[in-house]
Order: sequence, then structure tokens, then C-alpha cells
Amino acid sequence: MPLVPEIDFGTPASRSEKMVTLTIDGNEITVPEGTSIMRASMEAGIQVPKLCATDMVDAFGSCRLCLVEIEGRNGTPASCTTPVAPGITVHTQTSRLKDIRKGVMELYISDHPLDCLTCAANGDCELQDMAGAVGLRDVRYGYEGDNHVKARNNGDINLKWMPKDESNPYFTYDPAKCIVCSRCVRACEEVQGTFALTIEGRGFDSRVSPGMHEDFLSSECVSCGACVQACPTATLTEKSVIAIGQPEHSVVTTCAYCGVGCSFKAEMRGEELVRMVPWKDGQANRGHSCVKGRFAYGYSTHKERILNPMIREKVSDPWREVSWEEALAHTASEFRRIQYQYGRESIGGITSSRCTNEETYLVQKLIRSGFGNNNVDTCARVCHSPTGYGLGATFGTSAGTQNFDSVEHTDVVIIIGANPTDGHPVFASRLKKRLRQGAKLIVIDPRRTDMVSSPHIKASHHLPLRPGTNVAIVTALAHVIVTEGLFDEKFIRERCDWSEFEDWAGFVAEERHSPEAIEQLTGVPAEEVRGAARLFATGGNGAIYYGLGVTEHSQGSTTVIGIANLAMATGNIGRPGVGVNPLRGQNNVQGSCDMGSFPHELPGYRHVSDDATRDIFEKLWGVKISNEPGLRIPNMLDAAVDGSFKGIYIQGEDILQSDPDTKHVSAGLAAMECVVVQDLFLNETANYAHVFLPGSTFLEKDGTFTNAERRINRVRKVMTPRNGFADWEVTQNLAKAMGLNWTYTHPSEIMDEIAATTPSFAMVSYEYLEKMGSVQWPCNEKAPLGSPIMHVNGFVRGKGKFIRTEYVATDEKTGPRFPLLLTTGRILSQYNVGAQTRRTDNIVWHEEDRLEIHPHDAELRGVRDGDWVKLQSRAGDTTLRALITDRVAPGVVYTTFHHPTTQANVITTDFSDWATNCPEYKVTAVQISPSNGPSQWQVDYDEQARQSRRIAGKLEAAE
Amino acid sequence: MNLHVSSRDIGERTLDIVSALKSLEGPLLPILHEIQAEFGYVPQEALPVIARELNLSRAEVHGVVTFYHDYRDHPAGRHVLKLCRAEACQSMGGDALAERVKSLLGIDFHQTTPDGAVTLEPVYCLGLCSSAPAAMLDGEVHGRLDADAVRDLVAEVRA
Repeated sequence: MPLVPEIDFGTPASRSEKMVTLTIDGNEITVPEGTSIMRASMEAGIQVPKLCATDMVDAFGSCRLCLVEIEGRNGTPASCTTPVAPGITVHTQTSRLKDIRKGVMELYISDHPLDCLTCAANGDCELQDMAGAVGLRDVRYGYEGDNHVKARNNGDINLKWMPKDESNPYFTYDPAKCIVCSRCVRACEEVQGTFALTIEGRGFDSRVSPGMHEDFLSSECVSCGACVQACPTATLTEKSVIAIGQPEHSVVTTCAYCGVGCSFKAEMRGEELVRMVPWKDGQANRGHSCVKGRFAYGYSTHKERILNPMIREKVSDPWREVSWEEALAHTASEFRRIQYQYGRESIGGITSSRCTNEETYLVQKLIRSGFGNNNVDTCARVCHSPTGYGLGATFGTSAGTQNFDSVEHTDVVIIIGANPTDGHPVFASRLKKRLRQGAKLIVIDPRRTDMVSSPHIKASHHLPLRPGTNVAIVTALAHVIVTEGLFDEKFIRERCDWSEFEDWAGFVAEERHSPEAIEQLTGVPAEEVRGAARLFATGGNGAIYYGLGVTEHSQGSTTVIGIANLAMATGNIGRPGVGVNPLRGQNNVQGSCDMGSFPHELPGYRHVSDDATRDIFEKLWGVKISNEPGLRIPNMLDAAVDGSFKGIYIQGEDILQSDPDTKHVSAGLAAMECVVVQDLFLNETANYAHVFLPGSTFLEKDGTFTNAERRINRVRKVMTPRNGFADWEVTQNLAKAMGLNWTYTHPSEIMDEIAATTPSFAMVSYEYLEKMGSVQWPCNEKAPLGSPIMHVNGFVRGKGKFIRTEYVATDEKTGPRFPLLLTTGRILSQYNVGAQTRRTDNIVWHEEDRLEIHPHDAELRGVRDGDWVKLQSRAGDTTLRALITDRVAPGVVYTTFHHPTTQANVITTDFSDWATNCPEYKVTAVQISPSNGPSQWQVDYDEQARQSRRIAGKLEAAE
Repeated sequence: MNLHVSSRDIGERTLDIVSALKSLEGPLLPILHEIQAEFGYVPQEALPVIARELNLSRAEVHGVVTFYHDYRDHPAGRHVLKLCRAEACQSMGGDALAERVKSLLGIDFHQTTPDGAVTLEPVYCLGLCSSAPAAMLDGEVHGRLDADAVRDLVAEVRA
């Protein structure tokens, strides 16, 4: 199995539709107008020598290696910066060019160390390749003069030499090996959009500089690795390559972090992962990645990973390692005992948005056919369930309407309640690229996120609303659009029900929804709201991207509906560049929803009360499926506290840390008799577990993930599961232990079953994915190539439905005791509950959760930067350190929830979305006071966690 | 010119300068000129302020500042004497003149006399090739220099 080949065309593709024919080295070739001669040559299979060009960034023309001769033109133009022209005849190899190239290479090599044999890039160095290509045999210039290579010159200190920068945990910067091609600088600017690198000085003094001659870690660098990927030499090199050596084979797979679903090449030496390199053919990421996907995979071999099944009678006992047979037999008999004793409805399960579609499908199948009830839910309950409800009600499907490529055609973007530079970094980079090309941006967020203002990015409007007033703002935007006559009447008459629109328009036009009327409520100046509404309605293709800041509210579903109304009213649905796009949190949260993880829905969002759908599965599975919706996660916990729910199978989710009102979750778990946790680590939920089944990582299994754009991407196994089984095998073995006759031998068979039963997946198979790379559902006879954009010729539900969005203030209100509003979010380097990223070197960027507080609020309470503060709500209290910043408005505080010791969810309340029970994480009334250290709850919790992680026969607790 | 400015001062005074000039087309170079005029050099503490206000990264501003030799990263002497080292001046005895100035001042290029009176710098073409060898003292150009002329220049700055 070789390395997956990727051709570097040298310059980006031209989008022109006009074709140009020219002759290169005797070959006639036709390419789009605007293509560089270098790219045209490569497409004809002719490789022009090059160093500073690579097709991820625009041509630069600095290395002078790619010169060519064109008949009838003077000189030797650079092929990377010279576009093709009709009828020209190009020569890439002439004696004149050979001489020039040799001379150029000689100069490069004269200031480059000649340690090729021991260099980390040996075998993967473009400088080496080019020296070979131009036939360099001799370097006439010695190292006696000025150079950047040697620390000392003739015994004197060489001031031009700079030591290696090893500050970044994942890669090194060795200035001695730098040829100043600027590829890293341009990748940072054009691909990532961070602008953390520059060339300092000029002439022979030119060097790559992170920030202001800082080291990488203290610079503005976000460690996305685009520079490392772009570097043609060993100047920027992954530390893993330095440690291990060059990979010998690679496999294309899909990242298991966020919902962007980046495609990567896992580059391997045997079963050892050398590095992850984003795959240029990956249609979600187009060859880019973030610090998590590219570098943060060390958790898969972390020493705390649990590799053997464990059981215990009581959660106060230490764990006892047992065989797989014993663990599964024990689980099966416990579940059966509980059902015999407390009834069929007394057990349930939670599917994982971190696992594959196939695994999720199996878990819900186990529950529906093995447990005999619909008590299945998933983490989407606590994130994007309002998206499913809101978009389902208005458009007819529960998913985003666009692919990520659509952003390249957008003119005005609204971002509501999302922080893409941290949560969905690769999408943020693509969005920023479009903004630098001139698209306009409106940000609706209580915090001044990086999208509001960062290098080369400036939002036209930032509406810093008070947490909890989303519906009021969205309705006010609609008010302006309707009352100022900015709606798209033609679109609405064609695609929607006009009388429903009239009803809705009458509602939003009421004076009480005007920006002026809600200014007091939201804290956003009315003029800003009006300006934003006008810009969105009149600025061309308008796209709305939103995140958990929309859904995780008591009116989450209402805001989603309001967003859908805005898109319909302005005619921004059904073509590239527009649409409503939920930025989904987890790698496979879309997939887990698609696979029937909700208690009321079978795969493909079909209600359990629908006889025809049930019939399909009943016939195939040979069981009777209940037509009554089962319990949602919060209902399971309530029922557990009440004593009617006694057993749960949780695959890959840490509800104790991630779900709201931690004390309620722990009380629910503590009341159960058999809690089964399947995970990589002894997570927080496992503190209350009786059975622990070790899970496998995305590197250890085959399957598919479905990303936020409904793209079904293949996950491919690159190493043997360290725990012995892929997660789907564990579920199958548990099903077998419970007496089910499952005989899947490969996940592709599970996908075949999904395709056979679920119309939107009808054409999907591993064979088809192999051929297509990836497809976006619906993928069936009607859309054999998948559906990059939905609702193209009409809404899935028929007519788009306008629904009134009445603002109802949350019951969570500030008052004298709790005068501040807490909202929560995440940070680039950490992922969700942090179980994975905390076990990687990403902790250097975020070793603890901090409480962001406005200087004004801090001063009132005598809190200084870095002080320990007590954060108290009606639900509970915790302590963490303060970070004083004007990113948050006065009256608002903010924290992340990546670290279990912070326990931000001790604070959050059990208020939730009226339609879907999605918890209101984003609004909690709190008070802050100076503190000396951890709260009693944190002390107790730590002790309980330590006790519950003991494993018999092992000295140390596992974490 | 106050050489003992705290970094807080630098931030505030930088902000004033940036605010006054940021509406210009291509404001970065005028801002850096003004900052150098204000502080006598471009303090590194000013760079993040400029970057934030102009929506640039620190790296970009650093790249521009280091590209131009005229922007200093530390204060110069009270006078700055620049000797042209380009081809025309070299052909008219510029090398010997440079050596003479160095020995008169007792410093090398890029150095400042211990009393803080003068900083000596090379410059590559003042556009005075017809009057070579040439120099620039505190922004004022001097042409057709010879041994006596440079002695007078040095005497002037040492006064």
C-alpha cells in the first residue's frame, strides 16, 4: 500500500469557462483562461522545476526556477505568474533555462546545510528534488562568507544564525534550513487567514518571523499546520516526522473532531501514525485543517486509555478487569434482570455523535429490537435538536441547506451564536477568504468574537445582544425587511404559501417588534439592527450560519424558525451562496440524528408512529417496534430519580460533564442499577458506571461520518483496535449476548442495511463512496450524485412555511442575587468535554477554563485578572480564575467547559427548549465573588472521581 | 523628545497618532513615520496597537517596519549622519570618506557616539550622484564632500 499520490499543480485552478489552447514542449493542451503556464504544463504531465509555487496559494514568482521561454517573447518569464495565451508555444527545457536554473539552485544551496542524510525531510524535500531535477553537481560558493547555516563563523558568533524554535508542541522551525520562499507566510495568509507570519528584514537578512520576531507559541499562530504542509524543506517539520521518520503508506480518512468533517491522509509507518495531512480532494476542507485535526491525535495512544473491559457491583467499589465475554454476559443479564423486575421501559441507551453512522445505527437497533423500546437519545438533544425541529417545520428537512463550497459565492453572511474560528476553524478559514474578497459580514453574538474583528476581517455590523434575546433580534430584522419592503415577493409567491407569508408579515410588522421597541431588551442600538437588516436583504447572496448560541436556549427552536423565515423572506434558499447553515458541533452529530437516534424517530427522520416505516424495520429485524416515542435523556434521568428507569447503555458520550445541571445528572445516574459506559477513557459519567466497555478510536475502524453539510465521508481503519474490537463489534457482541442474531462482518453491510431501509441513503454504499469520494444526502434515484444544495426547485415539504416567532423571555432572569448572565462556549485548541484534547499537547494553549468578565463588572466586585472567583447560580456554584476582557459586554460573563474540574454545568440550570428539551446552556443568571480556591462541591467531586476510578490490582487511579 | 517613556504612554500616544492618520489611503507608512518622529524610533510596543487599529496582524506590521532600514528599533543620537554608499559615490572616493568619518567619530556604521551626539548610518543612494560623494545630516543633504567638508560636518554635530 503506497502513499496516496497528490499532484501539486503549482498554482490554483482557474474558474474561467473560456478555454485556451497552447503548445508546451510540443504538446497541445487546452486549459481554462487564466491558468498559469506552470499549471497547464503539469496538467499535460510536464513538471516545470519550482520552489516557491504550490497550488494551495497564489503564484508569487520569487524562486526563479520555473522560468520558461515563449516563442516570440523576450526573456524568460516565470511560468507560475505568466498566464496561458492562445496559440503560444512554450519551451520548459532549453539550454538557456538549464543554465539559469543551475545557477539559481547553486545560490540556494550555498546557504543551506548539506546534512541531507540526517535531515527529517530526507525523502520529502523539494529542494533536494529540484537539485536533482536541474542536475546540480557543484557549488562554487563556500560557507566562508555570510550565511544562516552555521552557529559560528571561524570561531566568531554568527549573528545571522538563529536557533531552532521548538516552542510549538507539534512542529519545529529551523531558520537555518529556510530558503525564504514565503510559502508558509502565504499559506498562513491565504489558506488559514491568520497572518501570523511575515518575512522580516530584506535582502540577505530576510527571515520568516512569527509575529514580531517571537517564537511560534507566543505569536498569533493558531497551529493549523498549513505552513508546515507548505514548507518545501525541513524548515517547518512535524515533530512526529523528526521522531519517527518518513511515512511509507497513507490512507484517506475523516477527522473525528468537529462537524466540518475534514478529509485527511493518515500517513503511516506500519501501524504507527506519522502525521495527518489534510487531503486536497476533501470536499469539505479542500486541503486545509486545524490544530485539532492535524495534530491532536495523541489521545489514541494515551496511557490513560482503558483497553480491558471492567465491571463492579457498586460504584464505590474499585473496577475489576474482566474478559469481554464476562463483561458482555454480565451486561446482558443485568439488563434482562432489570427489565424483568421493573418493566420493559426501564432501560435505554444513548448513541454517540463521535462514533460512525454504522455504530449509531446499531445502537438504536439494539435498543429498538433488543431492549424492545424507543428509549434512545443522543447528544444532539443538548445541541442541535432545535435545528431539526425548526428547519423540519419550515423547510421540511432537518439539516443545513448548503455545502461548504457555497460560501465562495456568498455576498453577505450573518453569523448568529457561532464562533467558527474556534468551533469550526476550517470553515472559518474558508469564510474569511471570502470576506477578504469583499463579502460583507454581520455578527450577532454577545461576545466580540474573532469574526467581529481580526486581521483583515471586520464585521459590517456586530449586534452584541443580551443572552436570551435571539428571537427578539431575529424578529426585529424581519420587521425591518417587511416594513421597508425589502422582501423578495417573487420568490415568496413561487416557493411559499403567500397567505402564510401575509400572516407572518403582519405579525413581524407590529410596532412592538421594531428595532427601537426591543432596544431596551436586547441592548443593541436600533440603527445597527436596521443597518444589518438592510445589508442582508439587499447585499446580494445572503447566507446565514448559526451555532449553539441559537439552539441552546429556551426558545432555541423559535430562533431557528426565525432564521428560516429570514432566509425565505429574502429569497435566500436553493442556490449556491445562500441558505441556512447550522454549524454542527460533533463530527457525526448529523449522522447520529440521521440514523434514528431520537426516541420519536426511526432512521431518516420518520416518526415511530408511522406504520409504513415501522413495517420496513419490523420485517427486516423480525421484531415488533413500539409506536410510542421513548424517553429523552432528561426524561431518562427524571425517571431514574423517580425509580422507574434503572439501566442505560451509553456509547461515547460523557453526559455527566456535557449535560446541564450536573447534580441532577449525577443523581439520575446514581439511582440506576446498571450503567454501561463504552468510551476510550474513564470519563466523568464512568464515575457512576457499573460496566466499562473500552472503545476504539476513529483510526481503528471502518465506517462513515456525516458532516454539517450532510456529506457522508468514509472513515478508514489504519491500525488494529488497541482494545481488541471496533465499537460496532462491541455493540454487535452485546446484542448477541442479549440473544439477537446479528452477523455483520463489516460496516459496509450495516450501510447496505441503512440504504435499503432509508430513502435518503438509498444509493449509498461503500463501493459508491469509493467511486465518488463522498456524497451529500439525499442520495437516491432522484439525486444519484447526492445533493450539495437543497430545496433547489422547491422546498422538500412542498411550500416553505412561515411561522410566527413570538419572543418569550426565559424564566432564567437576572435579579439582585444573580445580576450577571453567564454564557458558555468553546476554544480552538480544546474539543467539547476535552476528553481527547486534554490528553494531547493542545493543553499548552488552554490548560484551564477561565471566566471572562468585563473590567467594569470585575472592578465592582474587586476581582483582578487571574484571581480565583466563585461563580454562583440558582443551581450551584464552582470556582475558576477570572480573565478580564472587554470581549464580553458589561453584565455578561463567559466561560468554556473543556475541563471537568471547572464543572461549568454545575451552574447551568435545567431550563430547556420548549419544543425539544435542548438545554439552555447559553443563559444562566449568576453572581461572582472573589474566592480562595475550589468550592466544596469541587473538592467532593474530585474525591469521588478519584475513588471511582480505582482499578483493582493497579496502584494509581487511571486518571 | 522624551527618551524615558513608559510602555503605557507609548500605547496611548500611538493610538492618538493612528486615530489621526488611519483614514488615509495606505496609512501604515505615514503612521510609522509619525511614530518615529514622535519617539525617535518605532517602539515595539506600538506595533500591536497599530495592528489592532488597522486590522492587521502584528506580524504584518513587523514585516513592514523591518523592511525599511529608516525605521529604527531604538533611539538614535541627537544627530543622524548618513553617508551614501552607492556606486556613484563609491567611484568618487566614498570609501575613503567613510573611513575618515568613522575615525573622526570613533564609531562604525549603525553606531552612536558614547555621548549620544551622533549616529552614523550608510544609505544607498540619495539621488545626488551628480554631486557625489554625498551625505545627509538630519534630513539635509550635502554634496561634493571632501576631507574638509566632512570635518566641518563632524564638528557641527559634535558641538
